Amino acid sequence: MINSWRKNWNTGMMGVFTLSAILSLIPLFAVLGYVIYNGLGSLNWDFFVHLPKGLGMPGGGMANAIVGTLILVALASLVGVPIGFLAAIYLVEYDRSSWFSTLTRFTTDVLTGVPSIIIGIVVYTAIVVPMKHFSAWAAGIALGIIMIPVVVRATEEMLKLVPHTVREAGLALGIPRWRIIISIVVPTSAKGIITGIMLAVARVSGETAPLLFTALGNRYWAKSLNEPIASLPVQIYSYAVSPYEDWHRQAWAGALVLVFIVVILNLGTRYIFKERQK
Amino acid sequence: MASRTKIGNISLGDLVLRYTSFLMAGSLIGIMAWIGVTMFRSAGESITKFGPGFITNRVWDPVREEFGALTFIYGTLVTSLIALVIAGLIGVGVAIFLNEIAAPKIKVTVSFLVELLAAIPSVVYGLWGIFILAPLLRNHIEPWLGKWFGFLPIFQGTPSGLDMLAGGLILAIMILPTVAAISREVIATVPIAQREAALALGATKWEMIRIAVLPYAKSGILGGIMLGLGRALGETMAVTMVIGNRPDILPSLFSPAYSMASVIANEFTEATYDLYLSALVEIGLILFAITFLLNALARLLVWSVARGPKGGHLH
Repeated sequence: MINSWRKNWNTGMMGVFTLSAILSLIPLFAVLGYVIYNGLGSLNWDFFVHLPKGLGMPGGGMANAIVGTLILVALASLVGVPIGFLAAIYLVEYDRSSWFSTLTRFTTDVLTGVPSIIIGIVVYTAIVVPMKHFSAWAAGIALGIIMIPVVVRATEEMLKLVPHTVREAGLALGIPRWRIIISIVVPTSAKGIITGIMLAVARVSGETAPLLFTALGNRYWAKSLNEPIASLPVQIYSYAVSPYEDWHRQAWAGALVLVFIVVILNLGTRYIFKERQK
Repeated sequence: MASRTKIGNISLGDLVLRYTSFLMAGSLIGIMAWIGVTMFRSAGESITKFGPGFITNRVWDPVREEFGALTFIYGTLVTSLIALVIAGLIGVGVAIFLNEIAAPKIKVTVSFLVELLAAIPSVVYGLWGIFILAPLLRNHIEPWLGKWFGFLPIFQGTPSGLDMLAGGLILAIMILPTVAAISREVIATVPIAQREAALALGATKWEMIRIAVLPYAKSGILGGIMLGLGRALGETMAVTMVIGNRPDILPSLFSPAYSMASVIANEFTEATYDLYLSALVEIGLILFAITFLLNALARLLVWSVARGPKGGHLH
């Protein structure tokens, strides 16, 4: 028999766990709610098509920062996706259990946890200082490095889901190993891999800290990838800590655009993933 | 046909794919080593000049060329600890709720929403922190804490809103998804039979969780909390925006402080001479070393759980 003391204690603890679930959702709604509310109130056409105005002047937009973020994410993907994807192929298809692959896996996990600002410092000392100027390239490389471990992990998981029998069937037909990987294994898990890549893209598109020392920021259009370049996160940051009312307004608008990009990437991913499971 | 080109018994395509992918996998280890070496070299000047005293010196004065990291270490530790306590408790609570209480539909929805929390960029949390959280703390929460718990030194002084409490709370929100997701995973690995055994012995649901689930998942949960801590220590933008950025060591959570990542973010591009820059990199190096160790340890813990630990035991 359960006595009433134990029963009440049980009910109480269940209440505590439910409460913590509710508590954990409050910040999400609070943050998203304010971003949508303040952002929608501040978004206008100018925001998307105009350059920032002079110091503290109202009006203007973040056109260069929006394009800048897209360019940086593209550069980052150029660095992060091939390296991450191929590394995962090696870890799953060629070498699953040697000390080398265990060490690589472990390094990947640890690399995921390295603070992004550290990557910023390293790229600054190794690329920005020798080149003598901040550049989109440097920022792309920094973001790319942050992307690599995320892409490796996601691709690895997906490749592992492909049954061994598929590979064996290919080998039995006399198809060379690389052909099996490229034409059978990768296409089979393509949707999952793309999902992982999109999540990695979502993650780096909001990164700010490493950009401070690499892309720096730019109030005009960058004429080449060798110049400092504007990006949404850095622009949001510098506007948020500025003393100007109108810049705060634009920071909220920028945050809404950034959150929109990130959430769409996440939800889109979710959708693809669901399709895959059917 | 190209695919039939063979060297010895191995096709050319295989050689190419095998070795390029091997190089890419190796490059991960290379990048890690590169980060370590670069950090160490750029911090060299500061390390030789200040020695181990760098960590215990609380003076940070670029004008007099004297640098110490203690104030920043303090700010980082205090905010991370606040985050750890809050996110640890709530995160494990959520994980238990999702595994043991929630109906499947609620489980999917809540897990997704908590994951979404991790997707929101740090700078957006910072923006929200400055304009929403800070005024709320300054005008309502901190005066209330001061009134009822003011006898504790940590809740004394003038509420400012841009302080260690704000930094800790923002961090708590940001690491909650990490703690919750990993705890949820390890709790899910506890065998059903173990739960059923506890229930069959007449345990209530809570007693089952306490004697059959938590001891089994203990080290995995600890690993999750450590990963969250690692994230909190290195988190830059949101903290920089709300912590107040004043190098001070004060007991009250209502006082502004400075964190390791924040000082790097704020002063790195303004460091006018080599020693200054080197001192900033040394702070980064300390941060790197701590997060590296934490992550390595946490991964080992989570791995050991995934491999299947020993069963729980009654106390």
